[in-house]
Amino acid sequence: MSFPLLTATAALPAIGAIVTAAVPAARSRSDGDGPRGSGTAKVVALLFSVATFVLAMTVLVRFEPGGARYQLTESYDWIPAFGVRYELGVDGIGVALIALTALLIPFVILAGWRDADHLENSSRRWRPTQGFFALILMVEAMVILSFEATDVFLFYLFFEAMLIPMYFLIGGFGDRASGTDEAQAATQRSYAAVKFLLYNLAGGLIMLAAVIGLYSVAGTFSLSEIAQARADGTLEMAASTEKWLFLGFFFAFAIKAPLWPLHTWLPNAMGEATAPVAVLITAVVDKVGTFAMLRFCLGLFPEASKWATPVVLVLALVSIIYGALLAVGQRDIKRLVAYASISHFGFIILGIFAMTSQGQSGATLYMVNHGLSTAALMLVAGFLISRRGSRLIADYGGVQKVAPVLAGTFLVGSLATLSLPGLAPFVSEFLVLVGTFTRYPVIGIIATVGIVLGALYTLVLYQRTMTGPVKPSVAKMPDLKVRELAVIGPLIALLLFLGVYPKPLTELVDPAVGHTLSDVQQKDPKPDVEAAK
Amino acid sequence: MENLIALLVAAPLLGAAVLLLGGRRLDRAGHLLGTVMAAASFGLAVVLFTDMLGRAGDDRSLHQHLFSWIPVGGFQADVAFQLDQLSMTFVLLITGVGTLIHVYSIGYMEHDERRRRFFAYLNLFLAAMLLLVLADNYLLLYVGWEGVGVASYLLIGFWQHKPSAATAAKKAFLVNRVGDVGLSIAIMLMFTTFGTFAFGPVLTSTGETSEGKLTAIALMLLLAACGKSAQVPLQSWLGDAMEGPTPVSALIHAATMVTAGVYLITRSGAIFNAAPDAQTVVVVVGAVTLLFGAIVGCAKDDIKKALAGSTMSQIGYMVLAAGLGPIGYVFAIMHLVTHGFFKAGLFLGAGSVMHGMNDEVDMRKYGGLRKYMPVTFVTFGLGYLAIIGFPGLSGFWSKDKIIEAAFAKGGAEGWILGAVTLLGAALTAYYMTRVMLMTFFGEKRWQPDAEGNEPHPHESPKSMTIPMIVLAFGSVFAGGLFSLGDSFIKWLEPVTAFEHGHSPLSAAVVTSATVVVLLIGVGLAWLQYGRKPVPVVAPRGSLLTRAARRDLGQDDFNHVVLVRGGEHLTRSLVYVDHTLVDGVVNGTAASVGGLSGRLRKLQTGYARTYAVSMFGGTAVLIAATLLMRAV
Repeated sequence: MSFPLLTATAALPAIGAIVTAAVPAARSRSDGDGPRGSGTAKVVALLFSVATFVLAMTVLVRFEPGGARYQLTESYDWIPAFGVRYELGVDGIGVALIALTALLIPFVILAGWRDADHLENSSRRWRPTQGFFALILMVEAMVILSFEATDVFLFYLFFEAMLIPMYFLIGGFGDRASGTDEAQAATQRSYAAVKFLLYNLAGGLIMLAAVIGLYSVAGTFSLSEIAQARADGTLEMAASTEKWLFLGFFFAFAIKAPLWPLHTWLPNAMGEATAPVAVLITAVVDKVGTFAMLRFCLGLFPEASKWATPVVLVLALVSIIYGALLAVGQRDIKRLVAYASISHFGFIILGIFAMTSQGQSGATLYMVNHGLSTAALMLVAGFLISRRGSRLIADYGGVQKVAPVLAGTFLVGSLATLSLPGLAPFVSEFLVLVGTFTRYPVIGIIATVGIVLGALYTLVLYQRTMTGPVKPSVAKMPDLKVRELAVIGPLIALLLFLGVYPKPLTELVDPAVGHTLSDVQQKDPKPDVEAAK
Repeated sequence: MENLIALLVAAPLLGAAVLLLGGRRLDRAGHLLGTVMAAASFGLAVVLFTDMLGRAGDDRSLHQHLFSWIPVGGFQADVAFQLDQLSMTFVLLITGVGTLIHVYSIGYMEHDERRRRFFAYLNLFLAAMLLLVLADNYLLLYVGWEGVGVASYLLIGFWQHKPSAATAAKKAFLVNRVGDVGLSIAIMLMFTTFGTFAFGPVLTSTGETSEGKLTAIALMLLLAACGKSAQVPLQSWLGDAMEGPTPVSALIHAATMVTAGVYLITRSGAIFNAAPDAQTVVVVVGAVTLLFGAIVGCAKDDIKKALAGSTMSQIGYMVLAAGLGPIGYVFAIMHLVTHGFFKAGLFLGAGSVMHGMNDEVDMRKYGGLRKYMPVTFVTFGLGYLAIIGFPGLSGFWSKDKIIEAAFAKGGAEGWILGAVTLLGAALTAYYMTRVMLMTFFGEKRWQPDAEGNEPHPHESPKSMTIPMIVLAFGSVFAGGLFSLGDSFIKWLEPVTAFEHGHSPLSAAVVTSATVVVLLIGVGLAWLQYGRKPVPVVAPRGSLLTRAARRDLGQDDFNHVVLVRGGEHLTRSLVYVDHTLVDGVVNGTAASVGGLSGRLRKLQTGYARTYAVSMFGGTAVLIAATLLMRAV
């Protein structure tokens, strides 16, 4: 038996979470600016996240894009009585998303280095720093396991379990309030956290019913066994059953992704959480939703997926335009980024359900690139907010003059968000558009409106915060520090690299998309000139 | 030799990267580095040009394949370059004028504390513009297309502390994005039609598809061209773009970037030739813009905005010519090149004037400057003679050919187009004479600026005047040189094809008509601005003048419909999202679960209890189900 690499990749951050939480709190805090124990906890968490990244890179290297569909598989009986197995395996899409997750977490930790500091004095909290970083690592572990699980029930468990650490991260750790009433901020945080939890739990409950329903039809939770049964023709699933089961799964994923009109939890959650946690939500956790649409909705219920396609495409289109328009109307920086993300998730879902190789490869690339670009934009926004203590756009102006590097990185993040050619998100957005257009020209054309709106909300945000006369409240704002540069520098480099040379990623993802397309028995439309011949 | 092509782009790109990442350490030498990189690219261009001349006409195209960019299924995008006569023309113009403007900027931006950054952006622009004209497929062209857009955004908004500059930059980018939608859709249409979007395969297989498809592609390409080249209806950004430093206006918003639309149409000639309906639209857009820009140019008192109107109008000429098909492509590009010389020269002259006049841009506050700035006066004057089409100078050769080609379109269309181009020539003569008279002639009308500083007009330093002199040479001789033995036609023919138009009027008649309308335009301007003193405060003016000052109302339309309308839309959507969507979804969830009472307590601390109970419920449900299976 070979080394269980996938288990290790997920277990390492889980162990890291426990170790981080166990770092003893300091007894006295007479010296320096923070208790001694909290500094150790940060370093421990960072080291574990970096080690996880190394393991994820090992997965990436060991994975052979042209090989079997699921690789590095592990399989153990878990609850044999109910057919629940501990089954892991990755395809190209999973590998790409695991790599993204493992890459982003160290930056999230580094960016959130001081986010819990202001809670250390609070007497009623138990080790806030340890808790903050341990929860982040716990989320990482759950997310990675969700990308790895090839057993439906196992996936469900991790899909739901990640809500617990997320709930505490949103509800327990907000921005350092400045000027506003701390009690009021705490109420809003708590509202956002509960809204997050209720929405996702509601989705989860419906999915649970569908999971059980699937078991009663298929007699197994294993993806590979179900696929085998389907291939052998032994799987008996009535069309109406398939539709109901599809809806049950899709509903949960559409909440997580999120798809209009189930999106309203996201702006609350991203607005109230600290910037790194907001990145964790939108760049990492939400990706499980779109990932699961590809793997479970399309893989398990191909006919129902095709049946639902028209409605899903329209909802995705509404998300794209609605999210972008709402982003334009926001007065809060973080909520703006949240609505922008809703627009981007619309693109991802559009690409998935266009059911072409460009659309689905584009959607997968979009998941990765959106993670990078949102992380870049949101983390710099977080650096900005931490300096002034306000999330309101109107409280800023002229930052470019006093903090040119901060403004410059913010601009690059903005340009990535608007999918500028040359940066990574362009590749994925264009692939999604082309992939949609080849099958649904009208929807593809309407979606291009998102190109204009994307430029509108990002450039309006940049103009209002960074340009114009220097506002007195930002006049003494310091530029980016070394730690902050260490976060944003690599992200920008990666955005550039994947914009110019996305081939490693497309080669990784392409074969997996081919499998998904054969699941739903769809082929790319041929170009007119060839079709005529 | 083809391996050198990438270096054309790489040199300025490297310059930009070094200057941006180098930080303040490079402040003292940054401008020199930027200029050297531009000059290096120009040097390479000359090497490639001489090499190209050594080969026969149909053997001049060079290709360089760097790497496969986006390979997904049938979708294959490459990073690959193509250097043919058309690209070469642009490369020489871009790097040549670009280098001159780098040199000019050394002096012009001397006192700006962010000069290094300025040169970084200029280098970035060069790299993107070269990528645009060297790409061998539409998707890579798109990268350059947006790259120049970003460079333009950064440079228009270079003085970001001025809200007007920041707004102008944003506006330019957004209007261009509307055009980009056109380019995106065109590429998608090419992909579904031909299965590729590389120039070679697309442009040689236009015969294999329907005219309807080609018309759609052509119109989408035209939309893109309208955005980048400030053609009606996407022209509104160019006037505002004059907020950028003047060298930027000269390089980007006169000589090179704004002509990218003409490049796109000419490059896609095979598509347009097979889509006559689309060509008609191109011609109409060109004709309308030609007059629109000229009318606006007649009314502006801001020297740069008057020149911007002129740029729009001259590009209108080029677009019109390109819309005529093989009888016009060559002349569109020829006018593009000569315009590159004289318009860049005129802008640099305007910058030199502003430099000496405390950055005043209102021509009503100039007057009699010829005595104080002799070099600027002479170079600007030569540019002026070139643009109005004074016989023998560059503009004469190129514009005259376009007017002839317009008549040669044939039928009623030909007469209309010919008349429009002649009217445009008269207007050009009028507004340029107006600029010339208001700036360099008459009494001095200088006034102290806001801080009470009296302007002391003086000639600009050598670094600024030398580029102006070089461009003035181009303005005088380029057109004649190109026409000598039809050398420009022979040069471009292998790429764009060329047909002699058959004008109902003989060349002599057209040329005489051109000269006559020129004299009328100059005469009218002299009657109004030369014979009598220019009032310092603008008179109210006729209805047309007032409308032209306001850019013929398009900005007002945009403001009312798009800006105000958009604000109302987003504001109401924010309200809808907050109350309706959120409310309905929460409400549904609540009523389904019978939990409406508890939801109201969300903010009162019961929330956690509730969440825990829901988790508990899930656990019980799982356990129960599993148990049931077991039993």
